[in-house]
Amino acid sequence: MRGAPALGRLSPMIKVENLTKKYGDFTAVRDVSFTAQPGRVTGFLGPNGAGKSTSMRMMVGLTRADSGSVTVGGHDYLDIPNPGRHVGVLLDASAQHAGRTGREVLALSAATMGLPKARVDEMLALVSLSDSEAKRRVRNYSLGMRQRLGIANALMGDPQVLILDEPANGLDPAGIRWMRGLLKGYADRGGTVLLSSHLLHEVQMIADELVMIGRGTIVAQGSPQELLQDSGTYFRAVEQEQLVAALRAQGIEPVAVADGLRADAESVQIGRVAAAQGITMIELRPADGGLEDLFLELTAETQREAYTDNTAGAQA
Amino acid sequence: MSANTALEPGMIDISQSTRPSLAKLVGVEVRKMTDTRAGMWLLITIAAITVLVNTLFLIFSKDDLPFLAFLQFSAMPQGILLPILAILLVTQEWGQRTGLVTFALVPHRGRVMLAKFIAAVGFVVAAYLIALAIAAVLTPLAGSADPWEDVTGPYLLRVLLALMIGAIWGWAFGIALLNSAFAIVAYFAVPTVVTIVSEIWTAVRDQMTWFDLSMSSSRLFDPAGVSGEQWAQLGTGVLLWIALPMVIGWIRVNRAEIK
Repeated sequence: MRGAPALGRLSPMIKVENLTKKYGDFTAVRDVSFTAQPGRVTGFLGPNGAGKSTSMRMMVGLTRADSGSVTVGGHDYLDIPNPGRHVGVLLDASAQHAGRTGREVLALSAATMGLPKARVDEMLALVSLSDSEAKRRVRNYSLGMRQRLGIANALMGDPQVLILDEPANGLDPAGIRWMRGLLKGYADRGGTVLLSSHLLHEVQMIADELVMIGRGTIVAQGSPQELLQDSGTYFRAVEQEQLVAALRAQGIEPVAVADGLRADAESVQIGRVAAAQGITMIELRPADGGLEDLFLELTAETQREAYTDNTAGAQA
Repeated sequence: MSANTALEPGMIDISQSTRPSLAKLVGVEVRKMTDTRAGMWLLITIAAITVLVNTLFLIFSKDDLPFLAFLQFSAMPQGILLPILAILLVTQEWGQRTGLVTFALVPHRGRVMLAKFIAAVGFVVAAYLIALAIAAVLTPLAGSADPWEDVTGPYLLRVLLALMIGAIWGWAFGIALLNSAFAIVAYFAVPTVVTIVSEIWTAVRDQMTWFDLSMSSSRLFDPAGVSGEQWAQLGTGVLLWIALPMVIGWIRVNRAEIK
């Protein structure tokens, strides 16, 4: 399968248009539009309660939208005769019968989709659930194991699209790395991945594209690089004060962040100034707190936890 | 990835995609009832208690029991347990939240519900066949003078119908309430309440027979037969306690948000 992103950009695999869902007076999802491209991992990022899960349920027909539409591969999900063979879905890894074994959970899905039993073993191997683990009841699974089982379930029908709600939740760092490899490989083969997360660093590790949602509305979308463009540059130098003075002379106003500085300028501008002054740079890179700041800023209204500029700055 | 590469990007070819057949879905639903300890034990319990009750009557009854007596002994535990089975068949998707997977794989929820209904009917037929087999084995041992008295095709079908009504009644409450505990409690509380009302409110006792489904369905066990009016009363009871909850449940299931 071809997965040229440039081509894909013109023809999204998942197309969400003006999706709205209200519960009484509360608008859970308001006029949400975004796309997910083949060959890309799209991260759907937002704090808890921002409307991610509701949006994803609407994509697969489990929740009816009040208005707007979703197409997956050009179809309304409800029109796909055997959707498991085309769209892999994991909405809640914990939503499994506690009394079933992991293997049985997969076997039921395989039977529904009309897949041979051998597919169950393939999937168990793919997500590294051992034979003895697969025989255990889901009740005795850790959240990480449930996520693996859910991923196996989603991938079983060899789908072209994956829709995963918080798949990294409960995984340890090694598990997240594993999932990143799995999903990147899947996307590289031309698959489309949409995954949600409430943790920026998690989604940053896995996703090629970001869609940020807060309070039911899309607040930003683009690649992490695009979203970071405005966040400035972080740098450190041996002759720190000399550099600050030189930058000010150029009209660039750096601010102290942690043990370095941040300025609203591109790396190359700062590098040039430093070179002209013969200053030794120790670090020069896009400010990585930027995306985090952006995320917190964009979603601040929806956060229960109050935060101040001080704490946000300290993370840079 | 087995996707059709000739296809336009952003399009999924579904021309080769076929819906899972109803038979396949029924098979999956039957399997869901047998693949958990709770479900398996319920099935084992139904079979074991049916055997046990009959054996106890055979040993301790002073009369020489005929075939019909054994069949009726089986109907007692089965009449209680089969409705519970039918309820759980529906409500486990909500209680255990497996509906998230089930209805993502089969988004036309009515088909899943139909499969569950057929599965429930299948379990009733299976249980009834066990009851018939047990009665057939024990009747010669009991040594009744006229062991096959009143054993007619219509009667055997009426007993099956009575069991069926009980289970489908449970199923209807299951789909209307979508909660195992509520549905089970309601299933056992409703007939009790109806009985109490007709006991206390004597003025409407005759009219109540039109709404008392447990009473009107128990008449199906009468070897003497069921009169036209009694059939009509059974019909109104079925409409009120089975058809109405089913309609409510059908609407709920199709409209509800699966979380």
